[in-house]
Amino acid sequence: MKAVGIILAGGGSSRLESLTAKRAVAAMPLAGTYRSIDFSLSNMSNSGVGTVAVVTQYSSRSLNIHLSSSKWWDFGRKQGGLYLLNPTITPENTHWYRGTADALIQNLDFIKERHEPYVIIASGDGVYKLDYNEVLERHAATGAEMTIVCKRMPKAESERFGVLQLDGDGRIVSWAEKDEHSSPNEQIINCGIYVIRRRHLIQLLEEAAREDKCHLVTEMIIPHLAERKIMAYMLETYWTNIASVKAYFDCNKDFLDPKLRSFFFSEHPVIHTKVDDNPPAKFNGSARVSNSLVAGGGIVNGTVADSVLFKKVYVGDRSNVKNCILMDDVYVGDDVVLENCIVDKKTRIANGTRMVGDPDHIPILS
Amino acid sequence: MKKQMIAMLLAGGQGSRLGALTQGMAKPAVAFGGKYRIIDFPLSNCVNSGVDTVGVLTQYRPLQLNSHIGIGIPWDLDKQFGGVTILPPYEKTGDSEWYTGTANAIYQNLEFMEQYNPDYVLILSGDHIYKMDYEDMLSRHVSAGAEATIAVMPVPWDEASRYGIMITDAEGRITDFEEKPKNPRSNLASMGIYIFNFKTLKNELQELSNVPNCDFGMHVIPHIHRRGGKLYSYQFNSYWKDVGTLGTYWEANMELTDLVPEFNLYEEFWQIYTSAEAYPPAYIAEGGKAESSIVGDGSSIEGSVKHSVLGANVKIAPGAKIRDSVIMNGVVIGEGAVIRKAIIAENTVIGAGTHIGEGFFAASRLDPRVYNNDITVVGANSVIPENVSIGKNVAIMGKTVPEDYPNGVLESGDYIIKKGGRA
Repeated sequence: MKAVGIILAGGGSSRLESLTAKRAVAAMPLAGTYRSIDFSLSNMSNSGVGTVAVVTQYSSRSLNIHLSSSKWWDFGRKQGGLYLLNPTITPENTHWYRGTADALIQNLDFIKERHEPYVIIASGDGVYKLDYNEVLERHAATGAEMTIVCKRMPKAESERFGVLQLDGDGRIVSWAEKDEHSSPNEQIINCGIYVIRRRHLIQLLEEAAREDKCHLVTEMIIPHLAERKIMAYMLETYWTNIASVKAYFDCNKDFLDPKLRSFFFSEHPVIHTKVDDNPPAKFNGSARVSNSLVAGGGIVNGTVADSVLFKKVYVGDRSNVKNCILMDDVYVGDDVVLENCIVDKKTRIANGTRMVGDPDHIPILS
Repeated sequence: MKKQMIAMLLAGGQGSRLGALTQGMAKPAVAFGGKYRIIDFPLSNCVNSGVDTVGVLTQYRPLQLNSHIGIGIPWDLDKQFGGVTILPPYEKTGDSEWYTGTANAIYQNLEFMEQYNPDYVLILSGDHIYKMDYEDMLSRHVSAGAEATIAVMPVPWDEASRYGIMITDAEGRITDFEEKPKNPRSNLASMGIYIFNFKTLKNELQELSNVPNCDFGMHVIPHIHRRGGKLYSYQFNSYWKDVGTLGTYWEANMELTDLVPEFNLYEEFWQIYTSAEAYPPAYIAEGGKAESSIVGDGSSIEGSVKHSVLGANVKIAPGAKIRDSVIMNGVVIGEGAVIRKAIIAENTVIGAGTHIGEGFFAASRLDPRVYNNDITVVGANSVIPENVSIGKNVAIMGKTVPEDYPNGVLESGDYIIKKGGRA
C-alpha cells in the first residue's frame, strides 16, 4: 500500500450531550454491535493500509479498550500495524492537542519515520464504506495537492458541516466551515477524509508549526484554496457522522434497513469490530418484536418496535419499547413504557417507568 | 519451565450417531446453541479453570476444527509457552499408526506432554455440554493423594446400565467398576474426564503400549485398579449433557429456549468462548415473529419462529414457519417454507414452499441406530428445492433437485445422499 493512515479520534462533542461525557465520539457504540471508529479502521484495513495511527485525546479510555487488541481489524502485524498516539507531555511541549493540525504536528516524528508516499487522514466518527485506493488514484490523476472526500447532502441535513463549492473540474473553490450558506437544496459537504503526499504534509505541518497554527481546515486549507489545488472526491454511497444526538439516533435507526446492513456487513469487504462472547439473543414466550435489532446477550420478554437493542439488553414483562436506542447492558424492568428515547449504557429503568420523549428532541436517559 | 497441569482433549472421533451432522466434520466441531461448537465447552472450561496448555487430538475430518481453533485467539490460548496445539496423528519410522484408542492417542503424544514437564494431566473429550471447574477436581485429586481421579456423575438408577459405573467407598476411593452393568451396584457414571499424575500416566501408557486400541476406560483404569493403585472419584452435580445422539443433541438445544434454562449461557461468571465473526444484531422484521427462541447475531427473521434455536446469519423469509427446530449458521429458508422438528446444518438452503417434518414417524431406511425418532436432519451445505414435502425421521445430504422427490414427496424414514453441496 502506498499510504499510511491517520485517524483523528480525539474529539468529544458537546452536541452529543451526556453520551460523550464518558467516551470519545469515535468510541460511540453504533448499530448494536459496532463502534463508530470500526468504519474508518475497517476501511483502512480493507484498502490494504498496513500502518494506521489513531490519534486520541478526549476521554480516550473506552476507545483504548476497544482498540487494545488490533487483531480484529487484522492490524496485528510484525511490520506496521496499529499505533495509538495519545498526547504526551515533554519538556518542549506542555499542552494537549490544541486542534487537528496541532495533533499532527505533535506527532510529526511518526509521519516522518514512515516510508509510504501518501497519507490518508480520516476522522473516527464517520460511518461509511470507502476504498481509499480510489481516492488515491483520483488524487494522482488530477495532480492535486490535496484531495478531500466530499458528499452531496440535502440542505436541511448539511448545516453542521463544512459546505463547499467546486468548479467544473471538481476543484474546491470556496468553503464555509460549519455555517449556514445560501445555495440550492443540495449542498456539498466535507466528510473529513484527506489524501495528501506525505512529504508535502510534513512541509505544510512544519510551516504551520512555525506560524503556530493549530487547525487543519480553518487555518491550513480554507485560506489557501486560491493558490493550492485542492480537489474533491465525491462519495456516492452512505455517509454520515454522529456528531449530534439526532444524527446518532437517526444513524442507528438507518441500520434497521436490511439494504444498509447488507451494504456494510455482508457485501465484501465488510466492516470489522471487536467480537465478544455474548450468547445469542433470547426471545421468551411473551416477546413481541417488530422492525428491531436485538444484539447478543439480550433477553426480551415484552414488546419492542422500531428500536435498536445493543448487547446484553433486558426487556421485562409487559414492557413496551418503541422507537428507542437501548445501549449495552440496559435493564428495562416490568411494565415500562419507553418511547423516542436513547438509554445510555448500563442504565436501569425501574418497573412501571413511563417515558415518552419528544421525537424532535430525543432525550437521553442515563 | 513447567506447567502444573496440562489438558489433552480427545477430538478425533467421528460421532457417527449424529448422522448427517458429522458427515463432513468431527463431532466436537458440530455447532451448538446458536453460536458455539461442542468443543467450546471443554476448551472454555480449561481457560476458566486456569489450564492454559491444551493439546487437541484430531483425526476424523479435522478441517472445521482446525479453522475453528486456529491459534486459539478466542480462548486467549495463543501463548508463547503453552496455549493450544492441534495434535494430528503423524508418521514415524517403523510403526506408524492412526490413533487407535483414547489411551493410544495420548501415548503417541508423550513427547508433547513432556515439553511442559507437568505434574498432572487432564484428559477430556469433546462431546459434552457442561461447565466444570477442573481446578476444583485437581485440588481434590491432590488432597486425596490419588494417582488418577475420574469425574463421576449420579444418573437415574434406571439409566445406570447404559454407563460405565464406578463403585466407591465413603472417601470417594474407587473400589470397583463395571461397564454397562445389568444390575448396577452404584449410580455414579464415569464422565470420561480424568486427572492423572503424569508419572503414573506415562508408566501406564508405556506398559500398555502393545495393547491394541488402548482405551482409558477399558484398559488403563482397570490396569491401575488391578495393581492396587489409588483411584479416586470426583463427584459432579451440575448440568452435564451428552450430545452424542440426534435425540439428545436436539433436546439439549431445545432446553436453551426454556424461560430459565438449566444450562445458563447468560451468566458472566463462567463464560463460554468461541470463534465468531462480527455481525450486526439479529433483526426481526415488521410482521416477523420470534418467541421462545434464541437467535444468533446477523440473522434476519421475516417469518415466524417458535421454540427454536437459530445460529448466526440465518435468513427466514416472509411467511416461513419454524417450529421446534435447530437452524445452524448461514441457513436460508425460503418464503412460506414450514419446518417442524428438524435440524438444518450450516449454510443449507431450503426452497420456498417446502415443508419438512410432515406426516408420522416411520423407521429409517438409512440407519435405524442413528435415525430413530421423529427429527429430520439436513446436512451442511445442502440444497432442498421449492415446494417439496418431506416427512419425519428423514436424512438429506448434498444438493438435491426436484427429480429427487417423486411427486414432490419424500416419505418419513426415507433419505437422500448426494455428492456435492452448495458451491
